[in-house]
Amino acid sequence: MTGESELLRVEELSTRFPVQGGVIHAVEGVSFTQRSGETMGIVGESGCGKSTLARSILQLVRPSSGRVLFEGTDLVGLSARRMRALRRHLQIVFQDPMASLDPRFTIGRILEEPLVIHGFGSKATRRARVAAMLEQVGLDPTAASRYPHEFSGGQRQRIGIARAIMLEPRLVVLDEPVSALDVSIQAQILNLLADLRESLGLSYLFISHDLAVVRAICDRVAVMYLGRILEEAPTEQLFAQPAHPYTEALLSAVPQPEPGARRRRVVVSGEPPNPEHPPEGCPFHPRCPRAMPVCRREPPGMRALGDGRRVACHLHDPNLVDGSGQN
Amino acid sequence: MSLLEVRGLTVAFRSEGRFLRVVEAVDLDLEEGRILGLVGESGCGKSVTARSLMRLLPEPPARIEGGSIRFAGNDILALDEAAMRRLRGDRLAMIFQEPMTSLNPTWTVGFQIEEALKLHTDLPAAARRERSLELLRRVGIGAPERRLRQYPFELSGGLRQRVMIAMALACGPDLLIADEPTTALDVTVQAQILELLARLREELGMAILLITHDLGVVAEFCDEVAVMYAGRIVEHGRVADLFARPRHPYTNGLLASTPRLRGRRGRLPTIPGSVPPPDRRPPGCPFAPRCQRVLERCRSAMPGLAGDDGHLAACWNPVR
Repeated sequence: MTGESELLRVEELSTRFPVQGGVIHAVEGVSFTQRSGETMGIVGESGCGKSTLARSILQLVRPSSGRVLFEGTDLVGLSARRMRALRRHLQIVFQDPMASLDPRFTIGRILEEPLVIHGFGSKATRRARVAAMLEQVGLDPTAASRYPHEFSGGQRQRIGIARAIMLEPRLVVLDEPVSALDVSIQAQILNLLADLRESLGLSYLFISHDLAVVRAICDRVAVMYLGRILEEAPTEQLFAQPAHPYTEALLSAVPQPEPGARRRRVVVSGEPPNPEHPPEGCPFHPRCPRAMPVCRREPPGMRALGDGRRVACHLHDPNLVDGSGQN
Repeated sequence: MSLLEVRGLTVAFRSEGRFLRVVEAVDLDLEEGRILGLVGESGCGKSVTARSLMRLLPEPPARIEGGSIRFAGNDILALDEAAMRRLRGDRLAMIFQEPMTSLNPTWTVGFQIEEALKLHTDLPAAARRERSLELLRRVGIGAPERRLRQYPFELSGGLRQRVMIAMALACGPDLLIADEPTTALDVTVQAQILELLARLREELGMAILLITHDLGVVAEFCDEVAVMYAGRIVEHGRVADLFARPRHPYTNGLLASTPRLRGRRGRLPTIPGSVPPPDRRPPGCPFAPRCQRVLERCRSAMPGLAGDDGHLAACWNPVR
């Protein structure tokens, strides 16, 4: 563990896309801080903006406003030349490795490429590094002479991870890295990620729709809905005492492989609204079982709860709500 | 007698000039009004099994090599196409992961439901419309008059799945086959659809065969479960028994490697290796190369399903 130093600070980041007759607020006023060595989870349902947030942080899409401080340097508006130099420290792994591995190239060439681009070593040292990396991700070094289609989904994800960490980046964004994999393979990849984090001192920003997966690997978790973070907390606390009604509903909706241990289900009706026409006030209020009149009018600000949790919900405003949770 | 009785179902697919078995010697029983989960990882043969029951497999490349399927007194594999079509709309219905594959994008919701009613009932036009509205209400769709006039693309994923369920219910089937019906949906919407299916089972008394990869969905929704691995059923039992005391090492490993919302966090137990493709399945038990309880005989002879009190496992060395 590298410890306490701040690796990433995202401040009031917003990314909006113009569409016919309007604007989609894909990411809206997102702020969080990630320390070095920490695995930060971003969780939410489809369309909540979690993938756009990841791409906005890496400057793969251009944010509309806000700051992304990576080790103190604001990446938003950085010159192309300086961004290129920083890229080696900021890598991404995608859900579908097949879509990101060029089928015409051998694994050896795919893995060597980032080394070539960043002028790393001689051909012989690069080859040796590729072989060592293949072993590190649990593949045979002879894989270097084979092609992507010769590998299973789990093996291809190992290759995708190997490529991302070839240059020993400081931050690896993992965008649904195990969502396309079967359960038994998913567990293998999650353990591999944990091992690599340990041995290489990596920091992960882990994007997923799967709460149980996020719980297994993340130190802290932020829950997104309609482009905003509604709650952020250390993993144990988020799962034990969700502070936002949406988090609570999300957790209660996940079917668990424990018959009989069925919990009280918080049923939310409807589906997430169209991000082109987000509701006034709190984005979750139309589906919230505990919505109050104020929720329809005013978007709640992010509030620190004093135990490391932050939540954007009027229920936690002592001026509006007394201790019983009633207003 | 069971509503559905499958014995020794074996299905092969033609690939590069030879037939590869993807489903082998599958036995299934489903009583009226019960929910059976057929669970397994990709390529295990669960969807092929489901489509065989509906006779929806394209032949070729598929070929049913053996076994029998009896449903409500019908010998499914012996029926001609006309009789099968009648049965499909009438007593046997199926819904899929992606509703858009079974909804016609150029027809309104109302037209599609009424078409189904026209084919399978002798209701007059006005009664068909009334019944369509009733079906949409039954699956929890508000403002059904408006929905009848909409096209599938105008609906959200959850609403499309509800429309598909409404169509499947059009004639009050005895058995609904649901192939990963909530896999493409967000978790809050999945919970709504599973609750709807559970309610419909109560109200209509239909049986459901649920095909899924999700052990959580099985635990919360099904009465019984059959676990498939590499084309075979490796374990079968009541949900409470199988989850509490898995007997097959594959089921055991699968449950252990599933991340959870409660309990211990961190490193997950894993099953080493990966599922062998159909052309590289080993002789004997297909799980033997990955199994920590493997014995010498596992590599040469496939065990049959055995056990007591309805909890069966195909294993020479079951977990106790």
